[in-house]
Amino acid sequence: MATYQLNINGQRKEVNVDPSTPLLWVLREDLKMTGTKFGCGISACGACTVHVAGVATRSCIVPVSHIGERAIVTIEGIGQDTVGRAVQDAWVDTDVVQCGYCQSGQIMAAVALLKHTPKPTDANIDESMGGNICRCATYVRIREAIKNAAAELTKGGE
Amino acid sequence: MPGIRAGLVVSAVVAVSLTVGVLVNAHDSNSTAQGLAAWEQVYSVLISPRCINCHTATNYPQQGDDRHRHVANVVRGPEGKGVPGLNCASCHQETNADSTGVPGGHNWHLAPLEMRWQDTNDRPLSSADVCRQITDRKRNHNLDGPGLLKHHEEEALVKWAWNPGRRPDGAMRTLPPLTHEQFVAATRRWVEAGTPCPQGK
Repeated sequence: MATYQLNINGQRKEVNVDPSTPLLWVLREDLKMTGTKFGCGISACGACTVHVAGVATRSCIVPVSHIGERAIVTIEGIGQDTVGRAVQDAWVDTDVVQCGYCQSGQIMAAVALLKHTPKPTDANIDESMGGNICRCATYVRIREAIKNAAAELTKGGE
Repeated sequence: MPGIRAGLVVSAVVAVSLTVGVLVNAHDSNSTAQGLAAWEQVYSVLISPRCINCHTATNYPQQGDDRHRHVANVVRGPEGKGVPGLNCASCHQETNADSTGVPGGHNWHLAPLEMRWQDTNDRPLSSADVCRQITDRKRNHNLDGPGLLKHHEEEALVKWAWNPGRRPDGAMRTLPPLTHEQFVAATRRWVEAGTPCPQGK
């Protein structure tokens, strides 16, 4: 066991866990931040996506000992961010969610996309979101919501 | 008589020079042949799946010994590190994740297109083509022979090929045909021979 000081959503969190513990389990089990979901556990579905130093990262595969000083943002904190807020609003307005299990990961990936590509094309969306699987097949609404969020964020900047 | 003596001296000098020249040329061709043989050993490693899967000519990396396209339609991206939302680093961490089968290493990324070792149909380029490419300092990050040797000896992702971890089914990934020590030794012999490349296509 070892003690780690993590920067999560702008707050300092201390955990005492085995160094090999995946970040996902630290979030869910130790910190009770259950917005981030366990999907496949092998980095293949995207449900557990969080941001680590701004990079959309599969938390099921990152040992907590590898995080270091890098800032973590989860679905619980993404709404504090302008892009994150716009994406969450678009998700609600577009009524994207069906069962919802994958959607926190979908939103985290979408925010990462929009932060780098403010006006994504369909190809941009396909490339960035291709690793996030939705068994309810809400992909069409996800694409629409990303475009709506992009339009909202770039409004007035034309 | 001084003219005849001078002529004999000149003849002797020419004869010695020719003999030395032949010996030097023989040594050069011997060295080149050894260098080319060493290069073929190096090439056998470069086209192994552990290396060539990330030296593609396409906009995506490959996986596995059958070198299939990376799952989830992962793409190269502008810097060879994927795209926002689906970067290489989204899944590939600093070390292999053997419990899941996801490989990892420092600064996981695709080699740039100018360092491709395949054609656009995913066929490995010829030994001569790969050799010309990795000795072209306009396409190899300006590495000279010693620089290439150092790269093969020390670069983290190169060394990963000999510590590739487990596949998702739990089996160990296959290794390149030489050990890392043999690979470095072959590179050294090739570099010491002047990095000769095979002729032709």
